[in-house]
Amino acid sequence: MSHTMLQLNGMHVKFEPGQSILDVATNSGIEIPTLCYLKEAAPTGACRMCMVEVAGARSLVAACSTPAAEGMEIWTDSERVHRARKLNIELLLASGEHDCLVCEANGNCRLQDLAYKYGIIQVRFPRSFHPHQKEEENPFIIRDFSRCILCGRCVQACNEVMVNRAISYGYRGSHSKIVAGTDQSYFDSDCVFCGQCVQVCPVGALVERKSRYRGRTWELKKVRTTCPYCGVGCQLWLHVNDEGRIAKVTAVEDGAPNKGRLCVKGRFAYDFIYSEDRLTTPLIKEGEGFREASWDEALDLVATKFTEIKEKYGPDAIAGVSCARSINEDSYQMQKLFRSVIGTNNIDHCART
Amino acid sequence: MFLCIGTNMIEAHPVAATFLKNAVLNGAELIVVDPRKQPLVTFATLHVPINVGSDIAFLNGVMHVLITEELYDKEFVSSCCVGFEELKAKILEYPLERAGEITGVSEGMIRDVARRLAAADSCMLCYTLGITEHTCGKNNVMSTANLQMLLGNMGKECGGVNPLRGQNNVQGACDMGALPNVFPGYQAVINPDCRAKFEKAWGVSNLPDKNGLMIPQMMEGLKSGAVKAFYIFGENLANSEPDIAKVEEELSLAEFVVCQDIFPTETTRFADVIFPAAAWCEDDGTFTNSERRVSRVRKVSEPPGIARPNWWIFKELARRMGHEWQSDSSREIWDNEISVLAPNLMGVKYRRIEKDGLQWPCPDEDHPGTCFLHREGKFTCGLGQFNPVDWTPPAEVADEEYPFVLSTGRRLYQYHTRTQTGRADMDFLLPEETADISPADAVRLGIEHDELIRVRSRRGDVKVKAHVTEQVPPGMVWMAFHFRDACANWLTNPVFDPATQTAEYKACAVTVEKI
Ligand code: SF4
Ligand code: SF4
Repeated sequence: MSHTMLQLNGMHVKFEPGQSILDVATNSGIEIPTLCYLKEAAPTGACRMCMVEVAGARSLVAACSTPAAEGMEIWTDSERVHRARKLNIELLLASGEHDCLVCEANGNCRLQDLAYKYGIIQVRFPRSFHPHQKEEENPFIIRDFSRCILCGRCVQACNEVMVNRAISYGYRGSHSKIVAGTDQSYFDSDCVFCGQCVQVCPVGALVERKSRYRGRTWELKKVRTTCPYCGVGCQLWLHVNDEGRIAKVTAVEDGAPNKGRLCVKGRFAYDFIYSEDRLTTPLIKEGEGFREASWDEALDLVATKFTEIKEKYGPDAIAGVSCARSINEDSYQMQKLFRSVIGTNNIDHCART
Repeated sequence: MFLCIGTNMIEAHPVAATFLKNAVLNGAELIVVDPRKQPLVTFATLHVPINVGSDIAFLNGVMHVLITEELYDKEFVSSCCVGFEELKAKILEYPLERAGEITGVSEGMIRDVARRLAAADSCMLCYTLGITEHTCGKNNVMSTANLQMLLGNMGKECGGVNPLRGQNNVQGACDMGALPNVFPGYQAVINPDCRAKFEKAWGVSNLPDKNGLMIPQMMEGLKSGAVKAFYIFGENLANSEPDIAKVEEELSLAEFVVCQDIFPTETTRFADVIFPAAAWCEDDGTFTNSERRVSRVRKVSEPPGIARPNWWIFKELARRMGHEWQSDSSREIWDNEISVLAPNLMGVKYRRIEKDGLQWPCPDEDHPGTCFLHREGKFTCGLGQFNPVDWTPPAEVADEEYPFVLSTGRRLYQYHTRTQTGRADMDFLLPEETADISPADAVRLGIEHDELIRVRSRRGDVKVKAHVTEQVPPGMVWMAFHFRDACANWLTNPVFDPATQTAEYKACAVTVEKI
């Protein structure tokens, strides 16, 4: 591939045709702040955060959507760039209810990070009024339009990444809003609750409802695991609070096989493990019902019964079905029990359904 | 190019489907073969709405065009495959006229599919249970393999025959030997060398030398008295097996039933002893996904009450039956036993799968894993074997008395018998079962959308809400088995593929009645 050269903050760097200024900077270890940029989707330049100065250009250009060109002289950190970014952040902060104290995204917010980084102490503009009502009717996703900065990442994630085509830009000017279908609720629209829009939202406009009040970002520990539902085997981050309870689930961004994507079950259907219905103790049948028993009693009963049946009818009078949802190690142990202890190959699982 | 046959991927494997949709947006061609206009059809270049259970006739018809028009990959067939002449002889029995009649799609459409497949550089064939859940399931699978070999679409990154596995660890449970004919790593129990290997490893003698029973045969055994004790780990057979009334009768006949689960279910009602188990997130371990990738599962909290990990329960039972097992954690079981005994997994160790998992075959610890099989046309058994197969109809077809075909499947918002999703707010998105019927049938029978109707088969009947939808062709009823009420399995036919013992969930005959 032919390499070409340009100048980045005075450094000479190579690039490949087709790369954007943002790509080149990222490869060279120079950070350009972004809000709307989403790796797997076509850049839109909507948020104007990635503005950089290019020698000879009249105005600043968006690094994400401007292709790198031979001989370009780019400044990513100049005074002019700084001023533009600060102004931009201030306008965004004024555009809605960015009151971090009570925001679920506090500590996990790109806008908050940028305001801190660029030292915004005071917003010089009046807060603009937000006419769109919050949506809190489903158990999974809260849509708070007063915090939306209209960066469009959710629209891209929904349309270009997940291809669910449920949301788009609606209305105009100060009434602009991300709408589902013809401005319906998620439930009434084509939304399939994959929650990808929530995962990519850089602020607190889209948040997981189940995670509310379960812990602040900085109190949560991330543990990687595999989804317990279908055979795709998506990689999840469990965000676990100090009680050991899952506060939310997100996808492992660069993990195989799902590369940052999840569906509704993997993202939101994790809390069955906390159900009141869980079995908590061994049970032994008594009359029409069951009574609680200790492990010793229950295990001894089964061991005795199996031994009796084996002696009386032979090992093939015992059969077992393993679980296709549980871990490999469990299935291994069960077949080992059947083959080497009971002495039968009558072991199967629902491989076929 | 993709050929998706009998797979409702967008609902059953949603994230896998996103990658396919991305490819389609980037210009890939997609052919969907499915009786229903299911969600994938929105993205299809061509939808081929074959009759339920006519897959082999369709595939043979396509191959007929490929062979008679000489469009197949002659080089691949002659250098990498055997049995072409036999295949050809069989295929010639399926001229388009016959294939069209059985499948209910036009001859032109079958020809169109064949020509598109032949014109594509490579084509990935994906299937799910629409192929396997038939009395001819095994033959269906062989037929898809015949087609892909004929097209030379094997051993390529974007080719092959790709079954999408239903549950998270079906692949793993097979790999672990939770099957009546193989030890872990697909080592046959009837092979004396394999038995000797496991006898040595497990410190026992006389491992049983004949194949055991598959689930349907176990159930029959409960009735005949051949099986006295039944140990059910984590399965809700009373809802998930065909013909619930029959299944429950069989379960009630068992002399002794042990259930091991995380919830009470319809099945645990039949138990004599119930063991409470640790759930996902309450134990360390591994799952193996559809791509044979072994990934880590991690513990974040303790099980409730005195519930314990499943592997511990089995180990304790073994101990009480006179066998001391060494391994005392999932990691020890994997690293010291499974990955030592299963040749394809020898290179997979816990320390190697801290982040992304490894895809087997992974024979040694320096091996990077294998992303696709049969590379460059090299099959495990040497050359690719064509297995010509004949079409056979479902065991029960629509007739005057039961004029509708019932086909079953899964819906996005629930999972299996809802033991998990029913306790995670998913009922908000899908609160009850419906019987999906076509607008034409609804009009003909005077049934309104959401009206309570009765669906009846020779096994039983359910009262269920009608869901009138364009997805379903006239003459078909489509249902799932997520809910106990109106569960499709009150109706389904307990007949099985003779080789795989997979039930024919995809086809039986029913009536649809206004109440
Ligand atoms: S939840 Fe998924 S489908 Fe719904 S709007 Fe968000 S990205 Fe789109
Ligand atoms: S997140 Fe969805 S697609 Fe991924 S493994 Fe879980 S159920 Fe399957």
